[in-house]
Amino acid sequence: MAIHGSTRRGVLAGGAALAVSTLASPLRAQTVQIAQRAIPSTGETIPAIGLGSWITFNVGDDLVLRDECAAVMAAFFESGGRMIDSSPMYGSSQPVIGYGLAKLGAPPVFAADKVWTSGDGPEQIEQSRRYWGVPRFDLLQVHNLVTWQNHLKTLYAMKEAGRLRYVGITTSEGRRHDLFEEIMRNEPLDFVQLTYNIVDREADERLLPLARDRGMAVIVNRPFQQGDLTRELEGEPLPDWAAEIGAASWAQFILKFILAHPAVTVAIPATSRVDHVRENLAAATGPLPDEAMRQRMAEYVEQL
Amino acid sequence: MLDWSYRLSDFLLFSPRVYWRMFELHNQALWPLPLATLALGIAALALVLLRPQQSERWIAILLAILWAWVGWSFVWERYATINWTAAYAAPFFAIEAAMLAIVGGLGRFALDPRGARGIGGVLLVTLALGYPLLALVFGRSWQGAEFFGTAPDPTAIATLGFLIMARGRSVLAFYPIPLLWCLMSGLTLWAMADVAD
Repeated sequence: MAIHGSTRRGVLAGGAALAVSTLASPLRAQTVQIAQRAIPSTGETIPAIGLGSWITFNVGDDLVLRDECAAVMAAFFESGGRMIDSSPMYGSSQPVIGYGLAKLGAPPVFAADKVWTSGDGPEQIEQSRRYWGVPRFDLLQVHNLVTWQNHLKTLYAMKEAGRLRYVGITTSEGRRHDLFEEIMRNEPLDFVQLTYNIVDREADERLLPLARDRGMAVIVNRPFQQGDLTRELEGEPLPDWAAEIGAASWAQFILKFILAHPAVTVAIPATSRVDHVRENLAAATGPLPDEAMRQRMAEYVEQL
Repeated sequence: MLDWSYRLSDFLLFSPRVYWRMFELHNQALWPLPLATLALGIAALALVLLRPQQSERWIAILLAILWAWVGWSFVWERYATINWTAAYAAPFFAIEAAMLAIVGGLGRFALDPRGARGIGGVLLVTLALGYPLLALVFGRSWQGAEFFGTAPDPTAIATLGFLIMARGRSVLAFYPIPLLWCLMSGLTLWAMADVAD
């Protein structure tokens, strides 16, 4: 037997209406505690679901869409989220995040950004900070390993001077894993960011175990393959045993699979919809699958 | 070494919804200018067909003004906010505008709408002038239609149409920029076809 009507649209049909009311009201305290994960290098805990901004927050100067992004951010904080991740590569995403933070009265965000330039890293970082409107970033990462030696020196110096809390590197969709691994082995990183989901599991082999060994927090990007994965699964029924882990949709099914990996600290799905951000955060509540169940989940998706 | 693991959609920085709303906002901000530039385009085509010798200089100058205008008002001011690569494209609009202004000013832009090239050119310009209808054909709001003279794609396509009708080897120098823009825009539309909002 299978649970039907398990698409995002079906499960959360009424959620969109919350977008308007969310902006109009101050942030409310969350009622359900979402899972918190420790950052190995300090022990500080952060919510296990963050918010990505690739494509979804790149809305330019369009005020209607900027307000929609602010509504997504409001729902994110209201549901217990804290980490927002962006990059200078993401078009207008940084100023749009800054717009949302200002509109929401500077909520307690864990500000994660990247440096992505072959030129002046400090100048780009300062521009990014101004876009966000935050006093400092919590985490800065070298985006896709671009000029990584120079940028890591800059980031370590900022951390030493107390102008940055954590340092990391990123990759996506399985690219340059060999170099990524080498840097992980040789550099004192706090965070690594990589792509990992129920069908892209290359990181399972070396990077995730290495992150555990080296005491590095792991941020998982593109958990839904930029939406391709959830779109492909949309017409398929969730297995009835998904209820055992509290997954009411494919999005939650996938996120729970990711979060159950012991090396994973935060997953950062991006979305432009309030109902989706609530649904994503809800995936970090309730039970998570054990290893046997994760295996079963991966096999089920593979055979679809 | 090239990384072949990238897909076209990996280079898409924005959603289709944001892209098409950009034209709506652009038209709203400029209205009724898009209708005026469209009317100028229709008049230019009519002039080429009826009195080609008298129209050459003015068509080159008209195109020069529109390339400068579209490059600044749309590509630089609007498109570059969601696509940083557009900031690199905008100066090429200024270059095309300058080149057209020079040949227009010197009276060196010679048009001949006869023969097969003439027919091809007229058809291409007609297609560009009819570009706003594509919004309706593809189920988008007419408010987000792309107009010759205010949006880059129909402006580039119409320019190519006039270039096809133009005589002389020097005209070849005017092709690369509109052709490259059409290629870049075509790839963007292709990538967006694979991505949902």
